[in-house]
Amino acid sequence: MPRRLAAPSAALAALVSLTVAAGPDPAAADVHAFVGARIVPIAGPEIADGVLVVDGARIAAVGARGEVAVPAGAEVHDVAGKVILPGLVDTHSHLGDVEGADRSDPIQPEVRALDSIDVRSSDFQRAQAGGVTTVNVMPGSGYLMSGQTVYLKLRDADTIEELAVRRADGSIAGGMKMANGTNSRRDPPFPGTRAKSAALVREAFVEAQEYRRKLDAAEDPAKRPERDLGKEALLEVLDGTRLVHHHTHRHDDVMTVLRLRDELGFRVVLHHVSDAAKVADEIAAAVVPVSLILVDSPGGKLEARDLLLENAAALERAGATVALHTDDWITDSRLFLRMAALAVRAGMSRQGALEAVTIRGAEILDLADRVGSLEPGKDADFVVLSGDPLSVWTEVLETWVEGEKVFDRARAPDRLWAEGGWGAGDPRHGHVACFDGEAGR
Amino acid sequence: MTGRRLALAAAVLLAAPTAVAATLVVRGETVYPVSGPPIADGVVVVEDGKIAAVGPAAAVTVPAGAEELSAAVVTPGLVDAHTTVGLTGLLNQAHDQDQLERSEPVQPELRAIDAYNARDPLVDWVRDFGVTTVHTGHGPGELVSGQTMVVKLRGDEVGDNVLVPAAMVAASLGETAVHEEGSKPPGTRAKAIAMLRSQLLAAREYHRKLETAEPDKRPARDLRLETLVRVLDGELPLLVTVHRHHDILSALRLREEFGLRMVLDGAAEAYLVTDEIRAAGVPVVPHPPMARAVGELENATMELASRLAEAGIPFALQSGFESYVPKVRVLPFEAAIAAAHGLGFERALAAVTLDAARLLAVDDRIGSLEPGKDADLALWDGDPFEYTSHEIATIVDGVVVSRTVR
Repeated sequence: MPRRLAAPSAALAALVSLTVAAGPDPAAADVHAFVGARIVPIAGPEIADGVLVVDGARIAAVGARGEVAVPAGAEVHDVAGKVILPGLVDTHSHLGDVEGADRSDPIQPEVRALDSIDVRSSDFQRAQAGGVTTVNVMPGSGYLMSGQTVYLKLRDADTIEELAVRRADGSIAGGMKMANGTNSRRDPPFPGTRAKSAALVREAFVEAQEYRRKLDAAEDPAKRPERDLGKEALLEVLDGTRLVHHHTHRHDDVMTVLRLRDELGFRVVLHHVSDAAKVADEIAAAVVPVSLILVDSPGGKLEARDLLLENAAALERAGATVALHTDDWITDSRLFLRMAALAVRAGMSRQGALEAVTIRGAEILDLADRVGSLEPGKDADFVVLSGDPLSVWTEVLETWVEGEKVFDRARAPDRLWAEGGWGAGDPRHGHVACFDGEAGR
Repeated sequence: MTGRRLALAAAVLLAAPTAVAATLVVRGETVYPVSGPPIADGVVVVEDGKIAAVGPAAAVTVPAGAEELSAAVVTPGLVDAHTTVGLTGLLNQAHDQDQLERSEPVQPELRAIDAYNARDPLVDWVRDFGVTTVHTGHGPGELVSGQTMVVKLRGDEVGDNVLVPAAMVAASLGETAVHEEGSKPPGTRAKAIAMLRSQLLAAREYHRKLETAEPDKRPARDLRLETLVRVLDGELPLLVTVHRHHDILSALRLREEFGLRMVLDGAAEAYLVTDEIRAAGVPVVPHPPMARAVGELENATMELASRLAEAGIPFALQSGFESYVPKVRVLPFEAAIAAAHGLGFERALAAVTLDAARLLAVDDRIGSLEPGKDADLALWDGDPFEYTSHEIATIVDGVVVSRTVR
C-alpha cells in the first residue's frame, strides 16, 4: 500500500514546497516548544535549562527557561535531561549512490551529481538517524574534476528537487568537485604525474577564460560561441558562484591547490587533507577553509600514510577554519558526532569540534545565514540527543528539518535505520519512515 | 677489558632488570580485573612479567622502591579476537599486503608466522590503543585462505611472542568466497560448499591411509591435507567468515557433517539464526560494529554483539580486516560502539579481554588481571570506551611497550 500512496504524497509534498516558496505556509501555524533541554546553540554559550521555540519551518526563539515564553497553543515537548544541538552539516558525503564523471575524460565540469542520486536509498534515512540535516553530496575523487556537487537538506522527500537547497535565484546550490594527488592519476587521457594534473587543470580554466572573452567580445549574438556546458560551469567557478571542493592529501598537493587558486582566482575549500598538520600555518595564512576527515588509523593509501587524529587540533591552533565531514561511506553518517569526539581526543577544543560539525560546515557551504546554529530566523534544523554530544553513550533521539521531525528513534522503522538489522539494506519505499505506518515496505 | 668497558658492562647489567621491569606497581582509581568485580583505588603488582597481586590499595602489600604507574582506569591488555594486522600493513601497497594469496581457492597450509611483520606501523598503532594480543593471520576472500596465530604485540620479531603459532584455519563462505563467473572456482555458493566437502573428504582419506597403510605404502607428505587433517581432528578450528543467514546455516551443516570445531566470523545476519548457532555450540566473532553496512552486510546491525549476548552465544569482539581506509579498525573504538548499542560496559570489556582469551584458548595466560597471569595491562585516563578518553600506557609481560597518549 505505501507504494501506491507514495505518488499522491509526493504530489502533496511538491504542493507544500510550492506554497512555501509562494508565501505563508498553512503548516506554519505549527508551533513547537522544546522545554527543559540543555541547548547547545553554537552561536552562543550553552543553556543549561533551555527553551527552543519553532514556528513552522523556522526557529522563533531560543533561550533560558523563564526568559523565553512558550507561545499559547504551542505543542510542548518535555525534553528535560536531553541535549539539543543544531542539525549537523556534512560538507562531504556520497549518499544515494551518487555518481559523477565517467572514465572518458579527467575533467568533466558539465556533469551534475543531482542527475544521479537515488533519493530512495536507505543512505538518507541513516544520515537522518545520525542527526545530519544539511549535506554536500559529491561525485568521487578519481578525476581532476568529477562534476558539480549538490547541497541537500535531508527533508523527507521523494525527488532530488525537493531535497535540494535553492539559491536566492531559485537555482540548485552546489559546488565543483576537484581532486589531485594519486586518485586521479591513471592511463591516458588521465594524467600520469602531478605536474600533468596541474597543467590539465590550468589548461581547462584558461580555455574557459578564452570562452568568456569571446562571449564578451561578440557584439553580434550570431557570432557568439556555441553554448558549452562545461565552460559555463567553469565560469561559475571563476566567478566565485560555484565553490571548488578540492580533494587533496599530501602537503605538496595542498600547496598546489593554493597555487592554482592564486593564479586562477577560484574560491576553494580543501577536503580530507591528511597532511594538514604539516601545512597548517600555510593553510591558515591562505585563509582557505578545510573540510577535514579523521579516520581510525593512518594509511590505506600512500598519501594518507601520515594522517593524524591531531590534524583538527593543529588547524585550530593555526587559526584555520575547520569543518569535519563523513565522506560517507568512508565513515558512517550515523556516527558523525563520533568524529567530533575524536577531534577532542586529539587536542581540539570542545567548542571547535562542535562548530566543526555545524556552523563551520554551514559557512563553507555559504549557508550560515540559514543553518548551523540555533538562532531566531534560521531553519528549524536540530537534533535531540539523550546526553552529551561527544559521549559514545549518547543516542540521537530525534532529528528535525525545517520544523518537521524526520527521525524519531522511538518509532520502530526509524530505529531500524539507526541501528541496522533485517531489512535495513532495502531502499525506502515511499517516505513512511517517520510516519506511524509500516516499516518502509 | 679496560676499566671503562667494565663499567659500561656493569651499567648494562644493572640496567637490564629495570628494562624488563622486574617489579612494577600499577595503581588505578578503578581497576577492572574482568575476572571479578571492579576494584576502587586498586593496585596491580607485577613481578618478573607476571601479575603477583591484585586488590584494593589498602589490602595489597606494595614492594618498596618499585617503579609505579597510575591511571584513572586500569584494564587487562586488550585481546583482538580477529584481525589481519601484521600481515596487512599500513601502506596498502602490494609489498605490505600478505593477508590473502589469490592463486588458489584452498590453501590451508599457508602459515601466519611466515608472513607476520612485527615492525609494521599498524602493529604500533593498535598497541598504542591498549591492544596487547592479537589473533591475526590470513584474511577472508578465498574459500580457505590459510592459518591464523595468536601473538603478543611485543618485540620486533614474531619469535617468542607467539602464544599459538597455528590457531585456526581461515575460511570464507557466501559472496566473500565466490568469484566472478568465468574466473577461477568457486563461482557459486553451492560450488563453494562442494569444493570444501571434497577437500575435507580427501583429507579424511589421506589420514586413513596414513594410519592404516604399510610404512612403504604411506602417501607422500602433503602440507595441505596435513593441515586439513588437523582441522578434522578438531585441533584447528575452522574460522568461517560468513554473513548471510543461509550461508551461516551452510557452515553449520558442514560442521555437522565433519564434526568440525568451528568459529563463525563476521556473521552479519546471525541474529536471524541464533537458535541454530546456539544449538551447534559455535562461538561467534561478530564483525566490527562500525563495519560498513553494504553488500553482504547490508542488514548488519550495531546491536549484533548485544543480540548474541541475549541469545547466550559465546562471542568476542574483533577489529577485522579493512581493504582501504581506515587500514585497521581500533578495537576499543569498536568495542565502544558495541557497548553503547546494547552490550553495556562490562560485557563489552570482557569481549575484548577475557572472553576473547577464552575463545582463543589462551585464558590460562591472558585476558584478566589475576595473580599468576601474564602482566598485560592497559592504562586509561577515563572511561576506555569514551572517544574523548586516552590510552596512556600499554604493558606486555610487565614491560611498558607504549607510552604514547592516544
